[in-house]
Amino acid sequence: MIATKQKNDKTVVNDRARALRKKDGFSREFSKYKWVYFMALPGIIYYLVFCYAPMFGVLIGFQDFKYASGITNSDWVGLKHIFKFIFQSKGTAINYSVINPDFVRTVGNTVVISFMNLIIGFPAPIILALLLNEIKSSGYKRVVQTITYIPHFISTVIICGMISRFSMKAGLFNAVLGWFGFPAENLLLKPEAFKWIYVLSDLWQQIGWNSIIYLAALSGIDPTLYEAASIDGAGKFRQVFTVTLPAIIPTIVTLFIMRLGSMISVGSDKVLLLYNDMTMETADVISTYVYRKSFYEGTNYSYSTAIGLFNSLVNICFLTAGNAISRKVAETSLW
Amino acid sequence: MKIKISAAERIFDVFNVLFMLFMIVICLYPFIYVLFGSFSDAKELMKVTGILLSPQGFSTKGYQEVFANKDIYTGFANSIFYIVVGTSLSIFVGCLFAFTLSRPYLKYKGWIMKFILVTMFFGGGLIPTFLVVKSIGLYGSRWALVFLSMLSTYNVIVLKSAFDSVPNEIEESAHIDGAGSWKVLWSLIVPLSKAAIAVQVLFYAVGIWNQWFNPMIYLTDRSKYPLQLILREILIDNVSNMGDGAGTEDKVGYDDVLKYATVIVTITPILCVYPFLQKYFVKGVMIGAVKG
Repeated sequence: MIATKQKNDKTVVNDRARALRKKDGFSREFSKYKWVYFMALPGIIYYLVFCYAPMFGVLIGFQDFKYASGITNSDWVGLKHIFKFIFQSKGTAINYSVINPDFVRTVGNTVVISFMNLIIGFPAPIILALLLNEIKSSGYKRVVQTITYIPHFISTVIICGMISRFSMKAGLFNAVLGWFGFPAENLLLKPEAFKWIYVLSDLWQQIGWNSIIYLAALSGIDPTLYEAASIDGAGKFRQVFTVTLPAIIPTIVTLFIMRLGSMISVGSDKVLLLYNDMTMETADVISTYVYRKSFYEGTNYSYSTAIGLFNSLVNICFLTAGNAISRKVAETSLW
Repeated sequence: MKIKISAAERIFDVFNVLFMLFMIVICLYPFIYVLFGSFSDAKELMKVTGILLSPQGFSTKGYQEVFANKDIYTGFANSIFYIVVGTSLSIFVGCLFAFTLSRPYLKYKGWIMKFILVTMFFGGGLIPTFLVVKSIGLYGSRWALVFLSMLSTYNVIVLKSAFDSVPNEIEESAHIDGAGSWKVLWSLIVPLSKAAIAVQVLFYAVGIWNQWFNPMIYLTDRSKYPLQLILREILIDNVSNMGDGAGTEDKVGYDDVLKYATVIVTITPILCVYPFLQKYFVKGVMIGAVKG
């Protein structure tokens, strides 16, 4: 078998020049490079089964899916489930004049948490990178980097376990908040505190790691630019705005657009681990709602699929709009 | 050329150094607090409400309890299985895939690239994926976890970029010497991309080590639980008894020590390998950033 493969590959190289001259169809390309294409097969199968098949599976969001009947024999119901999510319903009747409180709660919390995460979590690594860039001792810089990356590698379960300990009345958070005059109380039972716990712990966990990419961009700046700027009389602070920032703007814009793709989404992991009956009102997000509706409070697969689909459509709109705007304004875009 | 440093700049530098010190404390102190807590005596620990600067009393009872817990061992063993099998498979399939994607002479590689890029922005979501897994008979099986997280598009692109940077002449001359694509990949391109592959191993392994949501959904049998699910049971108690004052004081304090010890025991493996892999991070993230 090896012999045939080798022979085949030899012809691959020999035929290269001819292939460039003669551009023709599928069959020729595949017969020539079939081993190279063949090597991608396991990966392609993975994508087909675990990514594309589920994409096809979102169709059940438009059905009253029954596991026994499967996707081909379940009844089609159109947008019923999305309406049921948005508007209040009783049994099968949907009252289009009243908004579903579940919708208000989950979408509201998702939007607010995403937004807080964006406003706090997006600029912070940029600022950290800019400040780190000004540290003169490279040894100190490395130490800071090494240590600030650590939280990124700690699992969500452990982080949440620590948060739940620290949030207790006698815990670390209350000790620190006490310095600023806040009364001690169990923070995880406090509805107003949930979003802050979520967002700030995220910031803590990711700030160092997310700054890597900016530091990489910063290290690529040509040092002669700084020399030129200082000859022109620009002080250190001026240089940050005239040299440093413009150099990393493309990176910032690209990451910002990518971020827009998950604008209205809050992962279920941390919320599932941290919320409870007391904080449901401020903590429940779309993804946890989907999870509960499918595995916890019955198995309404169609309903939760429809909600998930609704959510990703909103995200795709954000992504597309962000990309279009940035292509116009900043002349940087993902596609 | 001598650049004059103004007073304002000097003050800024001082503050900057202090700020970074603050960052170090913020990132490390929670772990140090847990470490102190884990070696504390439960009764002594109960009395303290502020920050900890040293263990309160000294006791290893928490650790004794952790090491007496059989679930922790099976969890560890399962996690190791998922990491070894999952990461090897990810790297193997990922290398094959990235090889095809990085061959400049392939006419349709652009299409394959688009085919995988789509999945970065569109996805079926929780239930459709669950139904697929169920319908191919992987529900409740260890392989559900192994296969589900086999490839990540981001990682594939990082690897492809690494393979791209290997000069194409190497492949051509190898072909002339009679080596097939298989051999070119495993004995030339992979060894030349060692750093990138090290990063891949790290990303996949950490991802598998940390996952708990998929195991929670797809595993039915406790004996297959990875460590994170066991940890969840230990660390995230029923929220109902998390209210302060629930249960006897004694028990609550003891509970803390046990949990702290559990955290320390389970983060230690990561912290041990961390320094050795650290130098690859920047490289790995950068490769992804340039082409991503």
